[in-house]
Amino acid sequence: MAPLTSRRLWVALGLLSAGFAASVAICASIGSSHHTILELFRQSTGDDTAAATILRIRLPRILMAAFAGAALGASGTVFQAVLRNPLADPYILGVSGGAALGAFLATAAGLQALAPALPVREAAAFLGAAATVGSLFLLSSAGGRLLSYPMLLIGVIMNTVYLSVILLIETVVDFTRLHGVRLWMIGSIPIEEYGVIAGMSVVLVLGIAGLSLAGRDLNLLSAGEDAARSLGVTVERTRLVTVLLASLITAAVVSVAGPIGFVGLIVPHAARLVFGPDHRLLVPASALTGAIFLVIADTAARTVMAPTEIPVGVITALCGGPFFLWLYRRQGGSGYFE
Amino acid sequence: MSEPGEAGVPILSVHGIRFRHHGAAAPLFENLSLAVAPGEFVGVIGPNGSGKTTLLRLLAGVSQPSGGEVRLAGRDIRAIPPAERARLIAVVFQEARVLFNFSVLEIALMGRAPRLGRWGMERPEDFAAARAALAEMDLAGREDRHLHELSSGERQRALIARALAQEPRIVLMDEPTAFLDLKHRLQIHAILTRLNRERGLTVVATSHDLNLAARYGSRLVLLHEGRAVADGPPASVLTAERLREVYETEARVERDPATGAPYVIPIAPLYPGGGR
Repeated sequence: MAPLTSRRLWVALGLLSAGFAASVAICASIGSSHHTILELFRQSTGDDTAAATILRIRLPRILMAAFAGAALGASGTVFQAVLRNPLADPYILGVSGGAALGAFLATAAGLQALAPALPVREAAAFLGAAATVGSLFLLSSAGGRLLSYPMLLIGVIMNTVYLSVILLIETVVDFTRLHGVRLWMIGSIPIEEYGVIAGMSVVLVLGIAGLSLAGRDLNLLSAGEDAARSLGVTVERTRLVTVLLASLITAAVVSVAGPIGFVGLIVPHAARLVFGPDHRLLVPASALTGAIFLVIADTAARTVMAPTEIPVGVITALCGGPFFLWLYRRQGGSGYFE
Repeated sequence: MSEPGEAGVPILSVHGIRFRHHGAAAPLFENLSLAVAPGEFVGVIGPNGSGKTTLLRLLAGVSQPSGGEVRLAGRDIRAIPPAERARLIAVVFQEARVLFNFSVLEIALMGRAPRLGRWGMERPEDFAAARAALAEMDLAGREDRHLHELSSGERQRALIARALAQEPRIVLMDEPTAFLDLKHRLQIHAILTRLNRERGLTVVATSHDLNLAARYGSRLVLLHEGRAVADGPPASVLTAERLREVYETEARVERDPATGAPYVIPIAPLYPGGGR
């Protein structure tokens, strides 16, 4: 693939944005009641049910799914580059699990109920994610170098422990306050107020924009830590800033949608196949690809077996697992995963 | 104020540096000093573990000594902004792994990063510099390949092309020709010699190939147990006695009638059963 130019950057992002808008419009027109988004634009109908269904129920959920996909896609790309590990993703590394544990503890301890107006749950999720990343760095570095495979192993272990702690507390503590924990733990998209959605959109747009602007440093980091340093990258600062931003956006979506697996792993690889490895395009492209993927996956989750709903984490795992195995077989011998 | 590059003023130097590897009992360097003048072609030689790679990393500013100072163009290297440092020094490391499917051209373009604004895209002159560097490294037809599709020699040449695309004043190389065949070994040294003569490029390269180092370096530094035990023109550094002492090897040193450079013919290890 030819190197990135401004033209290719904007054409690709334009096409992805159009694809995203189309997927939102189409998915907003799919559901158990047969209203389409076109009805919103017909002036004279006195019928408000279409507007109510689409604007109050479907659209908030679609936007939340888009946010979750965008955050996980972008942060997966960034974790893979910064940790120099193509198998990294917020779920596998335990970052999602850490965020889930943080959010869960804030709820179970009743902290959120004490201050309903403050984003206590989200802050606790961020602390959980940041603490996980910090431990990953500490435990998997030796002699100033990060070791890829120990890092994955430690991440998997932490993730398992986190989820067990959540299940343990859920078994012990008052059940009514923790209603829906199991569904949330597999990952499912809730219908939120527009206020929550607006707040989340600010965090995500700023976070993803910041990560995209670190794109060139991420390219140089892909060539190795020493090489990046010799090419003028302040490696420690870049790593700190990008890892914190990636943890922040991951925590923001995990605190509402739960730890959704596979999106952060497969979206970056799929986007890399289509758009190339340059992170200046790849980071925003992974965000948009992730948004499109999760909007479609969540629409499938609420419609395929309607009125029964499948947790969206089940859909992403069912799509992501086989895709990843295919990719691994395809690239396995080529050094891509080494 | 002294202009960097002025004759007599070192362009790159270490002053009394101290360095200990993470977890190592004894320091590698206790008090090492060494100065490289602008336009020099220095070969750093020495047995495994003598500190060649570490010295190169310290000179490059990618690793910091625990004592002493590294000076670039008369300034403490830590005080120089990283991008400015990267416009002066290019480094070719031994580890040549690049993650993901970056093409050879994209890798050469990475050498242009220190010359671009923080958010800037590569300009036509950056593409021209990257392509010229690849052509010099015999990789003109390989621009669209991925690094992991190349042979180890081609991979090494792609990384040298990245360093050349940086258009540095100094290039530091860690075993630059270790994976190369005879033709490309000589070719790379010929290119470095030309850049050294024509543009005054300062070259510091570590090597295990004593003959190549002697033929191309105007000066050799022999490291042994963290000290520069010999430093000077190749003929004064490479003597049979020193090779016996430092490399524990019995060798004959002769003079190449064509180039005048000394060359080493190893005969046998001093201790065939193992180390001393």
